[in-house]
Amino acid sequence: MASANTAQAKTQFGYRRHPDQDRSGANVAEHPVVVVGAGPVGLSLAIDLAQRGQRVVLLDDADRIGEGSRAICFSKRSLEFWDRLGVGDRMVEKGVVWSVGKIFHGASQLYQFNLLPEEGHKRPAFINLQQFYAEAYLVDRVEQLPEIDLRWRNKVIALESRNDGVALTIATPEGSYQVHASFVVACDGARSSLRQMVGAEFAGQVFEDQFLIADVKMTAAFPTERWFWFDPPFHAGRSALLHKQPDDIWRIDLQLNPDADPIAEKQPENVRPRIERMLGHDKFEFEWISLYKFQCRRMARFIHGRVIFAGDSAHQVSPFGARGANSGLEDAENLAWKLDRVLRRLSPEDLLESYHIERSAAADENIRESTRSTDFMAPVTKQEARLRQAVLSLAEDTEFGKRMVNGGRLSVPSVYDTPLSSGDRDDWRGGPRPGTSMLDAPVTEPGGGSSYLTEAFIGQGTRFTLLTFGNGADLDVPEGVGSIRVGGEGGLVDAQGLAGKRYDAEPGTAYLLRPDGYVAARFRNAARPILDAALARASGLN
Amino acid sequence: MALSTSSNFAKPDDAFRAIVEAHRGLTDAQSADLDAALVLVLANHIGDLDVLREAIALAKRRTLDASQQQQQQQQ
Repeated sequence: MASANTAQAKTQFGYRRHPDQDRSGANVAEHPVVVVGAGPVGLSLAIDLAQRGQRVVLLDDADRIGEGSRAICFSKRSLEFWDRLGVGDRMVEKGVVWSVGKIFHGASQLYQFNLLPEEGHKRPAFINLQQFYAEAYLVDRVEQLPEIDLRWRNKVIALESRNDGVALTIATPEGSYQVHASFVVACDGARSSLRQMVGAEFAGQVFEDQFLIADVKMTAAFPTERWFWFDPPFHAGRSALLHKQPDDIWRIDLQLNPDADPIAEKQPENVRPRIERMLGHDKFEFEWISLYKFQCRRMARFIHGRVIFAGDSAHQVSPFGARGANSGLEDAENLAWKLDRVLRRLSPEDLLESYHIERSAAADENIRESTRSTDFMAPVTKQEARLRQAVLSLAEDTEFGKRMVNGGRLSVPSVYDTPLSSGDRDDWRGGPRPGTSMLDAPVTEPGGGSSYLTEAFIGQGTRFTLLTFGNGADLDVPEGVGSIRVGGEGGLVDAQGLAGKRYDAEPGTAYLLRPDGYVAARFRNAARPILDAALARASGLN
Repeated sequence: MALSTSSNFAKPDDAFRAIVEAHRGLTDAQSADLDAALVLVLANHIGDLDVLREAIALAKRRTLDASQQQQQQQQ
């Protein structure tokens, strides 16, 4: 069911022989980083590493970008990451911007929510974009970066861990060859073969309910909102989801009975009547139909010696909450700067342990949230169903009931409880505490141009950056650390006062941002010794 | 202990009676529906997760004690 809509994005790539394939024995090629899997996570990680000056070999066992739309919701946080990689604009231009979700019970609307109810952010709460577009734009960016060596139809078939790295055996259409890598990052998806090669377990909870996903093409006047139904008239007793994508494609997700026959349910002639009932007409075509059950599970450890797991290879969640691809992208951004520092010997290898600590805690949070959503949609016991029914009926006339209805809690960046953070020593009434992702706010450049804090962060080179607020004494910023000044002479102008408000700023307030945009520490008055100590801590140096 | 287990009603009998009367004339299924809604309404009114957890633990211990006693009587 490949679509004509994919024509504008390049999706087919050729295998090319690489000189590494002619080397063997003691002469095999040595690479600092090999990333396995050119999906959104592997591509984004490779770009981030390359922009930091690392050479990256990126392997993929296919020669094309995957069919079907798969992931569709990309979060504000992911868009901010992609801005740092130089692909954010393309994603947003193509994507469908949305922030409003509506929840229906039966034929009536229970409530609606807005995921980004305030102004003054560069990026929206979410865009919907077919995964293949995201991948195609990332591949285009990869092709601009000579540091990345992207090899299609290169499949890792064996892995041998050594003290100083990993030996990989790679199969190609012209036979197999070996390379040696200081670090391997496995972004090879939920069925990761590298995970099996390191012998790691992938345990968790399997959900019995089956869901049918259909992407249909139609012109419709529905608003660009996420609509979720409990017990809709067109699909009695189950749940349903409708969501718009680019190119007049609509994602429809229908919960099936646990005992539904997967083969029969997937046949277009069986799917069509359900969707006709849902839409009230038959003027649509199928782009993609898939039936799935899902699991919530994660690896116990994301790091196995010099093999590091990121994205679906390390953790899997249910799709209700847009926590799959988005959390994988957060993994990539979390890992890239740390791996870069370790490869440059600026930080000890222990810094990577913080990747495991931070991202495995995030995986636990994502699994917890998505399990709760799934349990709410598909109650396990009779009493659970009764409690859910009580919530749905209380939601009709109480605010607390509405807030308890769980049709998916959408991905927000995790807050890390991490050894890289320096705890607050001063008094704060608000603002992002250490371990929190930076907040965006509109600012005006001294020359008058309008900008955002997230853009200023990119302007400083996406590295450790000190964000300081107005009128304080000029701070002596440590070498190698970027500086964003809001207020004061020559600083960015906080015309609307939003930056100051969001950061609970007073004159002299300073935030130390990590290269992934997370807050490492904050100070009311940043003296050099405490700033240096916070920087060392965030770099894994003590 | 965050949960108050001292007597909070001036007239405890009135409170018990109010709950009992709410169930009068209902089938078991309707009663179970009522209880489910009532638990959620009251839990939200309390609005304190620690209190809620202690209340659940206390209620659950009753249930377990009762089933153990039943088993012992059967032996």
